[in-house]
Amino acid sequence: MAMSGMRGLSVFISDIRNCQNKEQERLRVDKELGNIRTRFKNEKALTPYEKKKYVWKMLYIYMLGYDVDFGHMEAVSLISAPKYPEKQVGYIVTSSLLNENHDFLRLAINTVRNDIIGRNETFQCLALTMVGNIGGREFAESLAPDVQKLLISSSCRPLVRKKAALCLLRLYRKNPDVVNVDGWADRMAQLLDERDLGVLTSSMSLLVALVSNNHEAYWSCLPKCIKILERLARSQDIPQEYTYYGIPSPWLQVKTMRALQYFPTIEDPNARRSLFEVLQRILMGTDVVKNVNKNNASHAVLFEALALVMHLDAEKEMMSQCVALLGKFIAVREPNIRYLGLENMTRMLMVTDVQDIIKRHQAQIITSLKDPDISIRRRALDLLYGMCDVSNAKDIVEELLQYLSTAEFAMREELSLKAAILAEKFAPDLSWYVDVILQLIDKAGDFVSDDIWFRVVQFVTNNEDLQPYAAAKAREYLDKPAIHETMVKVSAYILGEFGHLLARRPGCSPKELFSIIHEKLPTVSTSTISILLSTYAKILMHSQPPDPELQNQIWAIFKKYESSIEVEIQQRAVEYFELSRKGAALMDILAEMPKFPERQSALIKKAEDTEVDTAEQSAIKLRAQQQSQTSNALVVTEQSHANGTPSVGQLSLVKMPSMSSHVDGNSADPRLSPENGTLTVVDSQPSSADLLGDLLGPLAIEGPPSINVHPQPSSNPGSDGTVVEATAIVPVGEQANSVQPIGNIAERFHALCVKDSGVLYEDPYIQIGIKAEWRGHQGHLVLFLGNKNTSPLVSVQALILPPMHLKMELSLVPDTIPPRAQVQCPLEVINLHPSRDVAVLDFSYKFGNDMVDVKLRLPAVLNKFLQPISVSAEEFFPQWRSLPGPPLKLQEVVRGVRPLPLLEMANLFNSYHLLVCPGLDPNPNNLVASTTFFSESTRAMLCLIRIETDPADRTQLRMTIASGDPTLTFELKEFVKEQLVSIPTTTRIPIQQTPTSPVAQPTSAPAALTDPGAMLAALL
Amino acid sequence: MINFVLLISRQGKVRLTKWYSPYSQKERNKVIRELSGVVLTRAPKLCNFVEWRGHKVVYKRYASLYFCMCIDEDDNELEVLEIIHHFVEILDRYFGSVCELDLIFNFHKAYYILDELLIAGELQESSKKTVARLIAAQDSLVETAKEEASSLSNIIAQATK
Repeated sequence: MAMSGMRGLSVFISDIRNCQNKEQERLRVDKELGNIRTRFKNEKALTPYEKKKYVWKMLYIYMLGYDVDFGHMEAVSLISAPKYPEKQVGYIVTSSLLNENHDFLRLAINTVRNDIIGRNETFQCLALTMVGNIGGREFAESLAPDVQKLLISSSCRPLVRKKAALCLLRLYRKNPDVVNVDGWADRMAQLLDERDLGVLTSSMSLLVALVSNNHEAYWSCLPKCIKILERLARSQDIPQEYTYYGIPSPWLQVKTMRALQYFPTIEDPNARRSLFEVLQRILMGTDVVKNVNKNNASHAVLFEALALVMHLDAEKEMMSQCVALLGKFIAVREPNIRYLGLENMTRMLMVTDVQDIIKRHQAQIITSLKDPDISIRRRALDLLYGMCDVSNAKDIVEELLQYLSTAEFAMREELSLKAAILAEKFAPDLSWYVDVILQLIDKAGDFVSDDIWFRVVQFVTNNEDLQPYAAAKAREYLDKPAIHETMVKVSAYILGEFGHLLARRPGCSPKELFSIIHEKLPTVSTSTISILLSTYAKILMHSQPPDPELQNQIWAIFKKYESSIEVEIQQRAVEYFELSRKGAALMDILAEMPKFPERQSALIKKAEDTEVDTAEQSAIKLRAQQQSQTSNALVVTEQSHANGTPSVGQLSLVKMPSMSSHVDGNSADPRLSPENGTLTVVDSQPSSADLLGDLLGPLAIEGPPSINVHPQPSSNPGSDGTVVEATAIVPVGEQANSVQPIGNIAERFHALCVKDSGVLYEDPYIQIGIKAEWRGHQGHLVLFLGNKNTSPLVSVQALILPPMHLKMELSLVPDTIPPRAQVQCPLEVINLHPSRDVAVLDFSYKFGNDMVDVKLRLPAVLNKFLQPISVSAEEFFPQWRSLPGPPLKLQEVVRGVRPLPLLEMANLFNSYHLLVCPGLDPNPNNLVASTTFFSESTRAMLCLIRIETDPADRTQLRMTIASGDPTLTFELKEFVKEQLVSIPTTTRIPIQQTPTSPVAQPTSAPAALTDPGAMLAALL
Repeated sequence: MINFVLLISRQGKVRLTKWYSPYSQKERNKVIRELSGVVLTRAPKLCNFVEWRGHKVVYKRYASLYFCMCIDEDDNELEVLEIIHHFVEILDRYFGSVCELDLIFNFHKAYYILDELLIAGELQESSKKTVARLIAAQDSLVETAKEEASSLSNIIAQATK
């Protein structure tokens, strides 16, 4: 059985298999890990065979799901073994254990490169495979030219070239800049003439990636793709070994057709004609056969052909052919074909002419909604959702509602959201819409998000005709013995607002309404209690003439909740109690809610957002976007004809304008949910100043102090009674302190110091992301300012406060960031001379009444201008000796160092681009690192670092730093010290102390150098 | 592209994992846990595709083993399903009617073979013959190295006798 020939490994696997339970297995694994760890400690004594064996065992243990947090170095080191068997194991285990972000991979770049450019074909294959599977950005930058050379080399055999093609694909995905479009387009076209089908398959995958980003550059590939497709479809000149169940490489056919879908059109009539001939042949010539694999393979080709036909906007006749095929597919027994039929029919919906033909299959699609397979049901749901319009909305939504009661939990939320959206978009009349939503809440209350019931409330509030109907319906549901809490919320809200419209009906007097609603109170949560209290206040206000008995009952409830521990409930109880004793004033304050501003439906928006989130650069999606631009307009006009009511839902299809036109500083915050409604009313219609003060008082105190905003000098003086009084009247939002950042700003900054993209700052309104590229002494940063909300951010200002040594230029930042939009602002950085000072971004904006101003450190720090460089002993020692002593070479004994194992320290150095060169220092307790520093004054300058650690006391070490520039040596020494001494946050200058004007920025470096004390300290 | 390849036994034991998109170790364990829950519980005779976190998982069961490949939403599902079968056929040819035990004790061979089939989550070679030839060449390289080493140690042993 054991073909492996590694007895130890087989024994270990058998042992694991013989374990009776998980506990035993864990013990066995722990024992083995302990064993491996001790063996690795004395690496020199290991034979290559043993090393191989242990590395395989590690991979096996890792595969079983255990953490293997050591030995990665040993796996990586096998890569540089001279013999094939060890090298092979090193490559394969490394690519299985590590992912592209792992630091150790960096250590291997040079070895890998040597294997790629070396003459040994087998080594080339191993290296290309690993880079193709886990190579990251750094690999892309350092290896892409070599890989390209192999791919086009005429002296390389196909087995190397096909690997090079996919390896290049990976590198291109990691960094598209590594493929130079101008030079590469012709080469790519030449590659398509390749005779070897293995190389051609790989090259076609590469082409798909290239054209998906930039089809224009690769026009010359288009006719060649059609040629390849013809050759395959006609089965001309295809070696036997490249047919799969009699089909000429189905994979290559699929890929070729995929590549063709990225070209917008095919203009050349001859090319178009021959392509359509091929497609026609595929569409008509694919039969269902008994052999599963043959069937799958031929249908893989067929479905890709369908997608291509759709993309090319073929004549109507061919399109109907496609729909007919799909109609056949959705009714077959084979589940895969049924699934794909539904999926592709959904895609087909984007083709304008065929929607009516698809509608003919509605009954069959509804049947699929009851399929035993959830995957198929999901497709059916998507298709029904997509094909729904005014003509069939009633049928489809009612089917969905029916299905809701039997659907599994995994689908209910999506189902109810989709039903709600369709009901809103295509409601033939509004009472039907109300019916649907109430049924939805009744049947699947747990899965109905708040957005759904907020929306129905908005509709009812904005449509007077609808109000009595909705109130009556809500009253009906309350008679049911057990109703969902959401139903309690929505009925209570509607009856509070519009219950008085039912007053003449039986069972609908204020008293009766109150008692039936109040019955539910013991069973509901606190958020619902708040709504009920508002409802009671409204009922009380509507009972004219006042009913003393009802009044006492309700007052007793308010009194009871005055001592509630929930602040929201307590506040409402107190306020309503006081208000309701004011008599006439109550009428104004508790009057009906004003109409909601018409705006995009939150539901539809939600649906759109999820679509955008998952959108990728796919041909189909791109197409969908192009189409939706025209179709929006269509729906809007169609709707306003259909019913004369103010079309709230239809407006939703127009994206931006409807939003921005409604938002201005004074209007009620559009995000306010109906729950907070009462407060808004009081807010905008103040009856007296002290009342307003009362209401806002507690909220103002409640506002937690912010940690990131600095005290404004203007608000400091006179911090006594007057100021307090003033802030009590100021709307809560006016205070700059009210917005809290999300996440720790300092941590985000430190994370960005070692990586090049990530989030710099985030609060509830905005997210500032950063992406940086560094080349020598220049940096190209992009700030991504993302508005997270549905209202614009205004008065946006970004000011860069650069330190002396950096020249920074920020492109124009717009004053306003539209809702949900992201603005990109490039920032160019030039490093003039070495310094550790940090640039600051002073960023401010206004959202509603909130003024936010934050000062953020920018991660344009010293190590960004370092590039790791690996030096050999022959290069290192002459350099080291040529820099004799201060000020070019500085030495310092550092105490109070964070105790770190040597390996972690090496990682730390590597993460700051100080490349640790193992083996240069004979003492294993020492580290030697090298790097190149770039600035305008120093140009590229080599820096050498040596750290001598004391194994007996890890908290101290001696470091020596050498470079050709005294300032650089000093700054680098201080920089390294800061990283080593303790947690970086405490050693950095706290943000508050950073001077706000560039002029005031002290030039710390020269100052420190002229200070004899500091000099002395540095030299010791 | 194929984001990862997963071989799981009916009991939920992992027999092979290969990640073409970067996942941390924690994420990898989570993915395996979640997917075993989804795939292993599916009844027979359903379709071979499962929608999962905005991706699709194409899977197929061979005896006691589930072969799973996770692809992007817009990828061609059937094409990937046949990549799975293609892989199984190559394993079958190499081991001579492959069974789960072969893949347990020779899991490293399965990795070698997969690397000849896929790179960067894309199909590299669609000819079974070519893959078989390349794997055989690798094996013989290893074999030769072993012989060299043993003959060398023989010489040393002889010399030091």
